[in-house]
Parts: sequence; C-alpha cells; structure tokens
Amino acid sequence: MAVLIYTQNYDGKFKKSVFELVTYGAAAAKEMNTDAIAVTTGKLDETTLKELGKYGASKVISVTNNELNDFSEQAYASVIEQVAKKNDADLIVLGNNPYGRAVAPRLAVKLNAGLAAGVVALPSSISPFTVKKRVYSGKAFADIVIKSDVKIITLNQNSYKIEENPTDIVTEDFTAEIPDGAYAVKPIEVVKSSDKLSVTDAEILVSGGRGLKGPENWGMIEEMAEILGAVTSCSRTVSDLDWRPHEEHVGQTGKVVAPNLYIAIGISGAIQHLAGVNGSKVMVVINTDPDAPFFEAADYGIIGDAFEVVPKLNAAFKKFKEEN
Amino acid sequence: MKALICIGHVPDTTSKIKFTDNDTKFDTTDIKYIIGPYEELALTRLLDLKDAGTEMHITAVNVGTAETEPTIRKALAMGADDAIRINSEATDNLFIAKQIAEVYKNGDYDVIITGKESIDYNGGQLEGMIAEFLNLPSVSGASKFEINGDKVILEQEIEGGDLKLEASFPFVVSAGKGFLPESEPRIPNMRGIMMARKKPLQVIEPVAHDAVTEVSKFYLPEPKPACKMVSPDNVEELVTLLHEEAKVI
Ligand SMILES: Cc1cc2nc3c(=O)[nH]c(=O)nc-3n(C[C@H](O)[C@H](O)[C@H](O)COP(=O)(O)OP(=O)(O)OC[C@H]3O[C@@H](n4cnc5c(N)ncnc54)[C@H](O)[C@@H]3O)c2cc1C
Repeated sequence: MAVLIYTQNYDGKFKKSVFELVTYGAAAAKEMNTDAIAVTTGKLDETTLKELGKYGASKVISVTNNELNDFSEQAYASVIEQVAKKNDADLIVLGNNPYGRAVAPRLAVKLNAGLAAGVVALPSSISPFTVKKRVYSGKAFADIVIKSDVKIITLNQNSYKIEENPTDIVTEDFTAEIPDGAYAVKPIEVVKSSDKLSVTDAEILVSGGRGLKGPENWGMIEEMAEILGAVTSCSRTVSDLDWRPHEEHVGQTGKVVAPNLYIAIGISGAIQHLAGVNGSKVMVVINTDPDAPFFEAADYGIIGDAFEVVPKLNAAFKKFKEEN
Repeated sequence: MKALICIGHVPDTTSKIKFTDNDTKFDTTDIKYIIGPYEELALTRLLDLKDAGTEMHITAVNVGTAETEPTIRKALAMGADDAIRINSEATDNLFIAKQIAEVYKNGDYDVIITGKESIDYNGGQLEGMIAEFLNLPSVSGASKFEINGDKVILEQEIEGGDLKLEASFPFVVSAGKGFLPESEPRIPNMRGIMMARKKPLQVIEPVAHDAVTEVSKFYLPEPKPACKMVSPDNVEELVTLLHEEAKVI
C-alpha cells in the first residue's frame, strides 16, 4: 500500500503547486494509514528532492533516464506505472495540469484504475473511496466513487492548503524502461512564452474585459498587477480581439483559475467567464453597470468607471504596500 | 485522411445546472444540448482543411442513447460524412474509451480526435484512454493542427511554453483552444440539414467493459453572501476590506 504522488519539476525545481500535491497526498496517506511516496522524472539535486519531505513525503523516487528530459505522454505514463507497481501504490495523485491530464488517462488503462479528474478535496471516505470533483465547468461538484483497486486522481490547483509536515525522507534512484515508440510523436522545439508566472499559478489575478475599450488602456491594469505582485488575465472577448495574448484568457474555454484574489475590471461576468474563475477565494468587480452579472458572483464591488476608479485604487494599493 | 471524431452531447454553455432524485441525477428539464465546444472546434478545423483541398473523410462517433441523435445530426449537418452511435448511457470514461477503441479497430482511420474535455463531466480523459487501449501515440490538448505532407504538426501547452510536435498517422489527439485558428463558426444551413438526414448514422451495441467509477451525489456551490458594495469615491475602504476582512492582501 502507498500513495504515489507525481511531482513534476520545472527546470530542476519544484513549484508551489507540487508542494500542494505533496501536502494533499500526505494527508490522504494518513487517512489510509500508509506512506506518501513522491516520484519525479529528470535529474534533480538531492537538496531539491528532499524539499518534498517538508510537506510529508517519506520517500522520493527519482527516475533518472535521460530520455525523460523531453515530455512524452507514453513514456511518462509507463514510468509512473512501473514505479506504482513496484511500490504497490493504491492511490496515485497527479496535478490537474497539462502533464497530469495527459498522463493520468493512460495510467488508468494500464492499471485498470478509476480516474477522478479535477478533484477539489480529500477523500470523504476511503471505503468506498469517494472524492469530490468539479463538474459542469465549475457550476457544480460531484462525489465520485472509485471502485477499482487502484485509484487515480488529478487535483485542481489551489484547492488544498499547503502545510509543512516535516518527515524524514529517503531518496531512491530508479532507472525505468522506456517503451519502444514512446517518442513516436516527435518533439521539435519548445516555443517559449515569457518567464512570467502563469495565470494558473498566480495568487492574485488582475483581469480586464472589453469595458477597457482597447489594448492601449492596459497600462493601469499592469500597474495594479505590479503593485500587488499579481498576474494579468482577461476575458475571452479581449483575447479574441487580440488585445491580450491567449495565455491570459480565463473561463470555460480558457484557463480555469482559483487564485486567492480575482479582480475583474470591465468584465460583464458571462456564465462562461464565471465558470472558469468562480473557484477564486475572493472576487472583486469594478463595472459601470450595476446590473452586470458579475456583481452576483463577487464578494466586493465598485460601481464605477474603470478609468476613474482604477488609478485611484492603484494609488491606494501603493500606499497600503508602502505602509505594510 | 480518415478521421474519427468523438462528438460529445453536452448542455449548452449557458445552461442553469440543477439536479433531481436527491441530487443524484442531472435535471434535464429545459436543457438545450450542443456539440461539446472543443469537438465543434475540431470538426470545424477538419472541415476547413477539407475545403482547402485536403482529402478527408470524417466519421462522427458518439456513445449515447437515442437522445443524442440530434447532436450527431448537427455534426453531419456541419459537414461530417457519416456517423456511428454506440447505443449506451455515457457514464464511466474507461467504458466510453473502450467503445471508441473498438470502432477504430473496425475501420481504417488515420486519426482519432476528441475535445480537450467535456464541459459537463470535465474529465479530459478520452484521448489518453483510447490511445492506451490501442497502443497509439497521442497528444493531449493540442493548440495547433497543421497537415504537412504525411505528417501533422501540432502544438501542446506545457509549463513555460508550447511544445511543437510532429506526429505520423495513426495517432490520437484532443483538441484545445487554438486547434482552430481564426475562423467563423459553421452554422449548418438548410441544405446541410437536409443532407444530414440522408447521411448514414449507424447504431451499434456496446462491448462489455466494467465501469469503475460512478457519481454518488451532486452539489451546487454554496450560495455566496451578497456582494459588499464600496463607493467609487472611497476606494481606500476596499483596500482595508481586502486586508482586514478577506485577508488576501
Ligand atoms: C461556448 C462559449 C464559451 C465561452 N468561453 C468563454 C471563456 O472561457 N471566457 C470568457 O471570458 N468568455 C467566454 N465566452 C464569452 C462570454 O459569453 C462573454 O461574451 C465574454 O466573457 C464577455 O467578455 P467581457 O466581459 O470582456 O465583455 P462584455 O460582455 O462586452 O462586457 C464588458 C463589460 O464592461 C463594462 N464596462 C464598459 N465600460 C466600462 C468602464 N469604463 N468601466 C468599467 N466597466 C465598463 C460593461 O458594463 C460590461 O459589463 C464564451 C462563450 C461561448 C458561447
């Protein structure tokens, strides 16, 4: 028995979302009376690997094959399968991010395991194994019962609180077998986006909509993000109009986000927009129209013209930051 | 190119979601159904490629009861050549993927395309499961699909950028945003709708596969307390509230 957590690294480092996964996996392991084991791909130094012990992992298995520097759904799924079998894992936890989404379904077939994708809480019961997941694009949740021996879940980012839980951690190297044809889809190159934090990793998002009238008016939005240490995002209309890059598009057909604070400026709050942002802890809306649907979803609102309110608010945020 | 495209039958994106039977079933009253938005993107992309001269045969496939037929007919009206419905409730993803894999084995398709995720179950699982059942290469959440001779150039979002990939047939791909570059949505016209009635829609029975997941209960999100309004002339109050009450700055 074990809970196996897939801990993806980026350029040899772990991001906060990985610590969230490990905290979650360790808590699930405790409920199940077993150990939390992390598995990584690619070369990482010992100190970095041991960081996972801070969040409750008792072992980290480092799969060191060079091929794994390039991502392949087939190769990664096969490697995790090998580690899962060797360690008798009965629960596998991955992030609901591009890697987890790509790999988990293949693992489910390999291990004949039920998969719950987009989980938002610890299992409410171990037997029958029941977890809560997001459905209807954030408009509802469902309890999913997984009946297979091995269970797989992908955890939604920012749905579990990171907590330190220092544990003695051992590291173990593992050389996996890479199946033939695992790189049949050939990686050609990585088209880098900026080094900026992505909208899904951000703790605060400052988001602009069509109410801002044009891309030339984003200076004040970027300024607010800068003051708050936030990232900028936008509505679909804005990215469709090419006012902002596509990676900033949040909502049902864009990125699903769950920051601590979401500030919507000049966004009406269409149901498809809200579906992607209503996992935010706190939402603020600034809009000229008191009937904008966003006011029904938000925690705090200002009815007013963004071109007047935002500069004033920026000054107030700045003052606050200087004093705190 | 012979494409097998998995068409989801999902509630319209503006639907108000409700449940019945003690919150164990989705309430279908007044719900309008559509083709899943990602599948619609993918189908439109294929049709655009076909119009631009790529030789293409498109088969739409759906696992569903007779209720899903209008959605399948819509795919035919948009321009798919024929369709297959596997006559079963679509619940467990491994079960659904198994059915699609069987259809693939009984045809000679070059590519299987799914949407990135369904907007009801939000699983995003089919592409990988189908590929694994068939031991085919796959690309999840592709944001580009360009034909280059006998290869396809794809892009996939990964951490820190987009990974450009080259795939040879056969393979499985799920379509995300960007799969369809700028293009007008295809609204079926009268002629398309008339033609769709004559296009073959084959109904087949499912193969057995044990379901390993089930929904035991649905929940609606907790109703939010009313929005606290702050005067535009007193934005400092918002800063204070965010700091002291919400504790997010
Ligand atoms: C299948 C489907 C999927 C979709 N997916 C998404 C998605 O993922 N994400 C998404 O965002 N949308 C999505 N949409 C589109 C969505 O329905 C809305 O059209 C879109 O979100 C509107 O963007 P907006 O709020 O920026 O613009 P608008 O709806 O035009 O709203 C602009 C708002 O700005 C306000 N305003 C105007 N001037 C000012 C000012 N000076 N100061 C302050 N406020 C001002 C207005 O009162 C208005 O409320 C989807 C639609 C469909 C059909």
